[in-house]
Amino acid sequence: MKAQHARGKLTARERIDLLLDEGSFEEFDMFVEHRSTDFGMEKQKIPGDGVVTGWGTINGRKVFLFSKDFTVFGGSLSETHAAKIVKIQDMAVKMRCPIIGLFDAGGARIQEGVAALGGYGEVFKRNVVASGVIPQISVIMGPCAGGDVYSPAMTDFIFMVRDTSYMFVTGPEVVKTVTNETVTSEELGGAKVHTSRSSVADGAFDNDVEALLQIRRLMDFLPANNTEGAPHWPSLDEPDRVETSLDTLVPDNPNVPYDIKELILKVVDERDFFEVQQAFAGNIVVGFGRIEGRTVGIVANQPMVLAGVLDSDASRKAARFVRFCDAFEIPIVTFVDVPGFLPGTAQEYGGLIKHGAKLLYAYSEATVPLVTVITRKAFGGAYDVMASKHVGGDVNYAWPTAQIAVMGAKGAVEIIFRQDAGDADAIAVHTKGYEERFMSPFVAAERGYIDEVIKPHSTRRRVGRALAMLASKRAETPWRKHDNIPL
Amino acid sequence: MFSKILIANRGEIACRIIKTARRMGIKTVAVYSDADRDALHVAMADEAVAIGPAPAAESYLVIDKIIAACKETGAEAVHPGYGFLSERAAFPEALAAAGIVFIGPNPAAIAAMGDKIESKKAAAAANVSTVPGYLGVIESPEHAVAIAGEIGFPVMIKASAGGGGKGMRIAYSADEVAEGFARAKSEAASSFGDDRVFVEKFITDPRHVEIQVLGDKHGHVIYLGERECSIQRRNQKVLEEAPSPLLDEETRRAMGEQAVALAKAVGYDSAGTVEFVAGQDRSFYFLEMNTRLQVEHPVTELVTGVDLVEEMIRVAAGEPLRLAQKDVKLDGWAVESRIYAEDPTRSFLPSTGRLVTYRPPAEGVSDGVTLRNDTGVYEGGEISIYYDPMIAKLVTHAPTRAAAIEAQATGLDAFAIEGIRHNIPFLSALMHHPRWREGQLSTGFIAEEFPDGFANAAPTGETALRIAVVATAIDHLLNTRKRRISGQMPTARPVTFSRQRIARVGEERFVLMVDGEADGTLALVAEDGRRITAASRWRPGEPVWHGAIDGVSVAMQVIAIANGVRLSHAGAIADVRVETPREAELAALMPVKELADSGKQLLCPMPGLVKLIAVTAGQEVRAGETLAIVEAMKMENVLKADRDGTVAQVLAKEGQSLAVDAVILEFA
Repeated sequence: MKAQHARGKLTARERIDLLLDEGSFEEFDMFVEHRSTDFGMEKQKIPGDGVVTGWGTINGRKVFLFSKDFTVFGGSLSETHAAKIVKIQDMAVKMRCPIIGLFDAGGARIQEGVAALGGYGEVFKRNVVASGVIPQISVIMGPCAGGDVYSPAMTDFIFMVRDTSYMFVTGPEVVKTVTNETVTSEELGGAKVHTSRSSVADGAFDNDVEALLQIRRLMDFLPANNTEGAPHWPSLDEPDRVETSLDTLVPDNPNVPYDIKELILKVVDERDFFEVQQAFAGNIVVGFGRIEGRTVGIVANQPMVLAGVLDSDASRKAARFVRFCDAFEIPIVTFVDVPGFLPGTAQEYGGLIKHGAKLLYAYSEATVPLVTVITRKAFGGAYDVMASKHVGGDVNYAWPTAQIAVMGAKGAVEIIFRQDAGDADAIAVHTKGYEERFMSPFVAAERGYIDEVIKPHSTRRRVGRALAMLASKRAETPWRKHDNIPL
Repeated sequence: MFSKILIANRGEIACRIIKTARRMGIKTVAVYSDADRDALHVAMADEAVAIGPAPAAESYLVIDKIIAACKETGAEAVHPGYGFLSERAAFPEALAAAGIVFIGPNPAAIAAMGDKIESKKAAAAANVSTVPGYLGVIESPEHAVAIAGEIGFPVMIKASAGGGGKGMRIAYSADEVAEGFARAKSEAASSFGDDRVFVEKFITDPRHVEIQVLGDKHGHVIYLGERECSIQRRNQKVLEEAPSPLLDEETRRAMGEQAVALAKAVGYDSAGTVEFVAGQDRSFYFLEMNTRLQVEHPVTELVTGVDLVEEMIRVAAGEPLRLAQKDVKLDGWAVESRIYAEDPTRSFLPSTGRLVTYRPPAEGVSDGVTLRNDTGVYEGGEISIYYDPMIAKLVTHAPTRAAAIEAQATGLDAFAIEGIRHNIPFLSALMHHPRWREGQLSTGFIAEEFPDGFANAAPTGETALRIAVVATAIDHLLNTRKRRISGQMPTARPVTFSRQRIARVGEERFVLMVDGEADGTLALVAEDGRRITAASRWRPGEPVWHGAIDGVSVAMQVIAIANGVRLSHAGAIADVRVETPREAELAALMPVKELADSGKQLLCPMPGLVKLIAVTAGQEVRAGETLAIVEAMKMENVLKADRDGTVAQVLAKEGQSLAVDAVILEFA
């Protein structure tokens, strides 16, 4: 225990104390021991076998959980250790309750060989069975390497603790042997790498206490399963709150950025927004908020980063979030200010077509309520992608500053009026004409692609009303075994 | 009376003038530059005229454009506000030529008071007490030394055309006079294009006291008491009050009568201010006269009940003064804080940008206390780089000085601004400073009391306890609501929360027991058995917690942070976490993490233009050495090394425009 504290970490049971309501934990399989007889293992048996499992409540809502105990065999996974996790996974699916895994472990118990690998396989299979049925959350609070990484990888969200956790398939020693790279565990798979570069992790926290309390906060946003619907509580915020400052959020100059998070914070209840993947692909912002007390997923282009352009990373990030919300019946509110897709060889070689298609696909297949607000630019194919009417948007609003067009006026005029390329005056006249015709929300509104042009200050009320109306939405899709999203 | 006037200004003063004009039934015309299209004064005025690009030299300072705007709108008179064209004699002359009335003094009075030496001569002629000194042109260092010997040391050498501390030298000996004379002369030449300097007695521990005068076109002049503005930072006033805690009735009358004598001597016919420097012994000497409405005029308005803008408009229209000297009564005490967009923790560097949150305390009168907020901005508005970064003037008035200060402190606590940096934490700290509360002031106050600049203080004592109580009340509100989330297990055993909460306020810990709640009032019991109540209608998401602790009204700024709240109150700021005993026990085991080391880079503190890079790669620098100069809002900001080190590489170039936090150079 002291060793664990000296590393700045809490023990498996202390973590459970913080995660669950006081006194609510019910433990399973406290007496389970491993059955290995090789390498003298029969002489070292510790009840519980390196993982604490059971269930309890978070603000009265039940969750199942397992918490790996680094102080017992380094938290390594044996056949019986795996069996304890499998039992909890099966129960969580049967009860249709979320499952939370707290990881702090060294991988497979090498002394057990294939029996441990078999155990992993059983866990993996159940992760997939549970996927889209109950929320699965992984919190990495120490080492997580080798076989241990693939169970978290198949859960809905991975969170890490800064400086005390790392995740990788092969560790620094193997890396050195195979590729001759010298790298530390932190550089290879620390919280910073996984939240900002690889996007494996959805967020990072400063220490165990902060992480566990924030997981409690996250769970208040999430439904128990895919049929119960988003949770709600009595909002302490005015549903009709007017935010006059939003009328000046979009700058006069279209090249000047603004912070879309101000809009998000002023629209959601109580300025409470749980951002996911904050450190990755900042050009799109995703996370959970509440409107009138009920959870919504928010997706928003961020003009502050790369002008809010859609690139491969942003598309993947948002697509995964949209699919999570859709799977768990969480309505989605989308704020659009997108100048298009990011051009360039790096993007095209990197598969922008397929990655961009993921977001298009995710929105198109979504059957949850979709409310969209275009604040400024909605250019080109990116307009279609961002929950437009055409791909399934239920209520599509635009601010008076919205510009819905194939591209900016300058670029459009250069193509349409190529013959006047040398004539600055003519180009200026054409540009003005194009702006007047297309760089407003009204052309789209004439066609019904935009349901209404709304005042920015009333955004919260209008979005709330739309969501209330959409609460009874039922959308049918034809039978199929499963879809084939462009992975 | 005029039927329409134009206000040749912007910001809070334009708004303030429009309010009075509207009350008087006079239509108003605003002028605005490109940067002010969405400004509050434009929205408030009946009409508005665009007068050009953002830089003041191309808009607000162009007399022809103001006159054209008058002609276009039919405005009969112009109020200049303060700054900009308010003290340029050429402006009223040009207006008069165009047949437009200037709401201010006549050009001759402006000209007479505009020159430091000339104004002193006029003052001396009117028997106004002036600082012992020599007002003639000083020929040589020897001449200066001789004069200094007559006056007695210490002496001050000042530029005739100067202001703002430029070309100013204090000398304690003959040698220092000789040296200071040469320096002051060359500085005056380079700063003002006028190398005339004068020598006068230097007052030790001086205070700044000024008299508000008001004259009409019929030869009447009265004084409306004094203001003390001794709390200054680099010659910029920070706090102002009326009356002055220094003056007695006799001194007040003497100063007032001298000010009136001077005003009469120059034929003054509007609102103006005669500034004096005062010694701690209540000796006082004429400093200069400001021939315009002062920034700090509201404190005089609140103690006299006179609307100075209204009186200016009336006398400009030719009406005689409605007040005689005997009608002027000083009632109670008024205090004003200037709220600026500047970061007090970063050497008061200006800050610009969007006012994401702007919620001033409610204006009005309650229980004999008046709160007034003169402002030219609104939530969602912009603090631009082009003009003075003043956000607002918060003024409070109460029967006593102590009560006015208390009201000011509460007002500052309730003033929520987000999106830009502001000096409210500094103003709050001043309001709670014992020396300020005692009225032991001098113009050196800030330099003496904050020699190393200002840093946000951690709360202590009763302030810390109040912060802990508010944090616990917020935590309780959120916990109570969490218990009402949908989808809970059907069970006979409801979820219980520990009633014992531990509030961590910085390093301090407060153990508070929640003892019950009724009608929005939370009852708490502290470790020592003390019972505390906290009542509030605050709701999550609101930037200010208004309420009462043990029945005493309290305001506190609230910002949500991970698992806690950041509260600021009474000049202190703290990140507070309210935990159960178990959470607190485990949180105590968590390692303290060092903040990311930004010391290896020199970051641009504000958006601006790089004027100078003073070092090169490989160069060793010592703490305090100049590294670079960045210009923003016409202010040069010298960036110095905060410790010894070696420059690894320089990333910015001279002439380059940088965003805030852009890396200028890196250390090895």
